[in-house]
Amino acid sequence: MLRRIYAIFHARNLEFVRDRSSLSWNIILPVALMFGLSFIFGGGTPPEYTVGVLQSGDKVHPGSHPFLATRYVQFVPVKNLDEGMTKVARHQLDLLIRLEEPLRYWVNPESPRGYFIEFALLQSAGTRQVEKAQIRGLPVRYIDWVLPGILGMNMMFSCLFGVGYVVVRYRKNGFLKRLRATPLRSFEFVAAQMASRLMLIIVITAFVYAGTSWFLSTRMEGSYLTLLVITVLGAISLISMGLVVAARVTSEELAGGLLNLVTWPMMMLSGVWFSLEGTDAWVQRTAGIFPLTHILDAARAVMIDGAVFPDVLPQIGVLCVMSALFLTVAALIFRWRPR
Amino acid sequence: MPTVLEARNLVKQYPGVLAVDHVSFSVREGTCFGLLGPNGAGKTTTVEMIEGVTPPDSGEILYCGEPTGRRFREEAGIQFQNTALQDFLTVRETVRLFQSLYDRKADIGHIIDECSLGDLLDRDNRKLSGGQRQRLLLAVALVNRPKLVFLDEPTTGLDPQARRNFWELVKRIRAEGTTLVLTTHYMDEAQVLCDEIAIMDAGRIIAQGSPDALLQRQYRNVVIELPLDDISGDLTSIEHRVLEARGTIEISTNDVNTTLKDLAPRVTGLNRMKIRQPNLEDLFLDLTGHSLRT
Repeated sequence: MLRRIYAIFHARNLEFVRDRSSLSWNIILPVALMFGLSFIFGGGTPPEYTVGVLQSGDKVHPGSHPFLATRYVQFVPVKNLDEGMTKVARHQLDLLIRLEEPLRYWVNPESPRGYFIEFALLQSAGTRQVEKAQIRGLPVRYIDWVLPGILGMNMMFSCLFGVGYVVVRYRKNGFLKRLRATPLRSFEFVAAQMASRLMLIIVITAFVYAGTSWFLSTRMEGSYLTLLVITVLGAISLISMGLVVAARVTSEELAGGLLNLVTWPMMMLSGVWFSLEGTDAWVQRTAGIFPLTHILDAARAVMIDGAVFPDVLPQIGVLCVMSALFLTVAALIFRWRPR
Repeated sequence: MPTVLEARNLVKQYPGVLAVDHVSFSVREGTCFGLLGPNGAGKTTTVEMIEGVTPPDSGEILYCGEPTGRRFREEAGIQFQNTALQDFLTVRETVRLFQSLYDRKADIGHIIDECSLGDLLDRDNRKLSGGQRQRLLLAVALVNRPKLVFLDEPTTGLDPQARRNFWELVKRIRAEGTTLVLTTHYMDEAQVLCDEIAIMDAGRIIAQGSPDALLQRQYRNVVIELPLDDISGDLTSIEHRVLEARGTIEISTNDVNTTLKDLAPRVTGLNRMKIRQPNLEDLFLDLTGHSLRT
């Protein structure tokens, strides 16, 4: 028995090692992941509190007020008072302050963290005059915030692997070659794959959303129609991205490696599990190249902030441009058969 | 008969290997044209260039006098050597899928009867035997009522009975007036099915014509085959060929009586002797120095 197990074990290892392209990706991906995560999260102990500072600039200068030197507090710039007050109401900021004399601050009396950070503020202010405003509001629960991220992540995996991987398998086993010999055009094949996956995505996402919403009473402040448009355009952009990855690849292991290389950064940087607010500017700029970032920004704006269609036009525009670009590239480099 | 297909000076170069070296031939309407040669001769590459799957590096392909294009795709049917079909689809669904890709449509019932798929219509593609699968692939090649059908090594891997059944099927298709282009490394298949053949080796056509004409042109003799084990004496004075892989010797002769008299004292017995007409394999061996079955 051991001999047979070893024979198959050995043959599989030879197969893996000799597939140089997939071997490379199996090494490169974890290394890239390691470096990426250490860059993003390598900045020491994360802060316990988040305080918004009302100002026009992009950076908060610690020397401008004693309170800004408080340890374990992240100070983020807030350019718009309404936006800041909304975040305090939703417990997304523990406190909002305006540093001009007299110092004014906004706090949600129902926020436990707001309660404690207020003490630190008053202590640092000393005898100076301080103005307080209270804002009440229902917290945005983590589930309200993370639900679009989870649905988006599911959509991402389904679109990329469900289309990209399948196209590679079709190419490898000769089915694409068989289709090539018919009057079927590349565009028709791609459109059919896209339509099939899109239909599946819409149905599954709607089903999961409906179920989660019913069980957990998740927040939905905006229009379902707008959300549907975002979902459809988002799925199209992700499917198109998958087609670019799969356009010429023949090895299923390489395809898996490439698709993981695309999906893992998106999972980390597109705001699926946590907000990138307060991270370095380069991290936020990098996140902007991923379709999932724009899908989640738009979806959260609708679901949590009640944004209407014109409010999410920028994200929709970006998704349309990305889709057009990916589809064009995929069509130009698509190969029907293995080399 | 008009020419349906013409290939002119086709060339295909891969890194380190000239797979197809200035190949030219034409196929007349209603005939079965065979490309015969060993594995690696360039048959499949040639046919895939004609089918439009692989672009030629140079050369011209004409279908009914025009460069191949949409009309060719509509009117040609192709059975590839190695191809997969969609998993989880049944035979019926597969045939319908491919038929829906064409404007021209054959009578599906007729194709199913011709290819003996009636009992398999609801079977998953993954559960078909080799012979059943080849019949399905042929049916898929016929869904568009093609004028020209390409069969690329259609009986490779089939047992002898399945091969013969497939030959009968091909003959029926040819009898309906369909033009066929067949690639094969089985000389018996080429002899049975083809009206005209081109023998390929190392990317070139080395002989072309009807099987009978090629053999008559080359041979007036018969071939005597004997197992090597039965040879006990010196055969130096008798012109012969040793086929180590098969363990036989072959003697080509136009005077069987004299040859047998010369052989008798040099062999342990003649019980295992065979006398046959020369075939395409003999022709290939004479032209190239190696066997069709490499």
